[in-house]
Amino acid sequence: MSRQKILNSLAAPLLAVGFSLVVVTIILFAFGSNVFEVFNSMAVYGTSPRSLTLMLNLATTYYISAVAVAIGFKMNLFNIGVNGQYMLGGMCAAAVAGSLNLPGVVAIPITIFVAIAVGAAWAGVAAWLKVARGVSEVISTIMLNFIALGLISYIIIRTNVGRAASFNVRGTEIIPPNGRMVGWNLLSPTIKVYGFIIVAALIGVLYWFVLNRTVFGYDLRASGLSVSAASASGVNSKRMVVIAMLISGGIAGMVGLPDLLGNDPYSYTLNFPSGYGFTGIAIALLGRNNPIGIAFGAILWAFLDVSSQILDIENVPREIVTIMQGVIVLAVVVAYELVRRNRVKSEQQNVGEALTQKESSAS
Amino acid sequence: MKKGVKIGAVLAAAALILTGCSSNNNDAGADVKVGLAYDTGGKGDGSFNDAAFAGLTKAQTDLGVEFKEVEAGLNATDASREELLRLLADTGYNPVIAVGFLYGTALGNVAKDYPDVNFAIVDSVVDSPNVASLIFAAEQASYLVGVIAATASKSGRIGFIGGMEIPLIKNFEVGYNQGAKSVNPNIIIESKYMGPAGDNTSWNVPEKAKTATEGMIAKGVDVAYAAAGGSGLGMFQAIQAAGGPAKNLWAIGVDSDQYTIPSLADVKDVILTSALKRVDVSVFEVIKGVVDDAPLTGVQNFDLTRDGVGYATSNSSVEPFKAAADAAAEKIKSGEIVVKTVK
Repeated sequence: MSRQKILNSLAAPLLAVGFSLVVVTIILFAFGSNVFEVFNSMAVYGTSPRSLTLMLNLATTYYISAVAVAIGFKMNLFNIGVNGQYMLGGMCAAAVAGSLNLPGVVAIPITIFVAIAVGAAWAGVAAWLKVARGVSEVISTIMLNFIALGLISYIIIRTNVGRAASFNVRGTEIIPPNGRMVGWNLLSPTIKVYGFIIVAALIGVLYWFVLNRTVFGYDLRASGLSVSAASASGVNSKRMVVIAMLISGGIAGMVGLPDLLGNDPYSYTLNFPSGYGFTGIAIALLGRNNPIGIAFGAILWAFLDVSSQILDIENVPREIVTIMQGVIVLAVVVAYELVRRNRVKSEQQNVGEALTQKESSAS
Repeated sequence: MKKGVKIGAVLAAAALILTGCSSNNNDAGADVKVGLAYDTGGKGDGSFNDAAFAGLTKAQTDLGVEFKEVEAGLNATDASREELLRLLADTGYNPVIAVGFLYGTALGNVAKDYPDVNFAIVDSVVDSPNVASLIFAAEQASYLVGVIAATASKSGRIGFIGGMEIPLIKNFEVGYNQGAKSVNPNIIIESKYMGPAGDNTSWNVPEKAKTATEGMIAKGVDVAYAAAGGSGLGMFQAIQAAGGPAKNLWAIGVDSDQYTIPSLADVKDVILTSALKRVDVSVFEVIKGVVDDAPLTGVQNFDLTRDGVGYATSNSSVEPFKAAADAAAEKIKSGEIVVKTVK
């Protein structure tokens, strides 16, 4: 990669983060808070061993979610349904894991497989609707999110899958210790880094490999850039839509697993975190669908989420972090467009220069 | 020997002064710092969470305690809720009070690690010697407002708006239905929930509650009760828009005495009464326990006999129905009526 190219790809996210810092500084200033003190306390609290561990754990989840979204983006598909896919996938995986009493090497792969299968199947509904009925996946996946929520609540409240997990909370059967992926005390003696971080890293490597080093990845990117050009070279675009959606949904199915297998209560309860899918969309945008970029995006997002906990204690409205995240996403979209225009302009200039040189040398 | 007597006298005097301080002076709690954790978007709901806040402010005025409020962020997990509680315990807050059953798992983990800190949790049971589990017989309060609703209704149709469809809220509905049927066995009860379990938006969709109430009014419902947190505002608005008390349309609030909540002043005229869940009383008792050095622990049942639940009488329009409700309350207290619950 040339230096110019690296600079171009870094420019947009850095610009966006810088711009959001400016916006937040102005807001804090308007609130009358000591801007430096606020950022300082976030940095101090956010880099304590416990916070760093929480950050890595949250980033693991965000990363998987963002990769799931990014695969869709590569194919020009907007999978807004990661939320429903991971919740349903997580619930089914938890139910199966809770009923298994097998050694971890057997139980954990089964759990992961169930999550992938259910997530893919749920996304498959949207894929089928798109290719067979022409329904926009944006609409169908949003609808499917609601249906998933209703289905989960029905299954846990009205069927034998659910049980009273704790007072006022219903959930699936608790996963036995064998079936968990608890992790290691890497940074802090009191809190563990999720074992699932390894799986997340593997997903990132696979994503990069499949997309950039296989024929399938080439076809996928080609159909994303231009359906007509891709089908002219023999790519079946409907097939690509279905496959991309299934893969996206399969990965989405795993989004809930880091929490489910790595933390109390080791059960899918009705208050399982429910917004990871939407965070994934923001991070995929921020990371520009690039496996490394997404990793940085996920870590940044998780750092902001975790370090914002201190703000209430410091009497600063924690919503400033939400504002900051929102501004980053908006700014990153604008910044990419500016950087893209800049790139096109410089490419045109280069071509122009090369042409004039050629002409002058020919004459 | 003489010296010993002297020291004894000094000690006795000191003890007198010390006890004098803690029982008479309303600054007894000056060195007590209370940490209170709401869940995501909790504060400002004009209902459940604001009741906790009311208890906190009462403790501030009456006992002179300091306090700090925190709130779980978006995408809160058990891990992040746990971290929030740890942060409070670490920074010297004692007691630490968690508002809402969502903190159940997190509080259980934290309480073990801070045996010297007093914890309390609303709507959940955590089995640890330093935790007070604050449980409310909301079904009893709901029974009483059910009696009032059925007595006030002229159409024989009443409504129920629930927040999230979970057992905790189902208990409100079950108690309400039982109370209403005790007055009029043929009464028809329209019921609608704002979201399935797991849909955390359920507590904050007043526009949805408004539409649901409009639908109920169209079907002939003339009294409706909302146990839906911040969503309840929509029910008040719908009933007000449809004519309110002038057309014998009434609303019943929940948790706090919503007739007196400043943010609901625009719609207060339609609020006939509210089913009170005295989270404020429980929060105050927890704080007072710590101030008095006799912290509350174990399962604390706030029911009618303890005035932990009840119904509000601040709107004088409720006068004609008080006799019926009070009679029912006595029967519940004596055990003559047992209000059903779901699990």
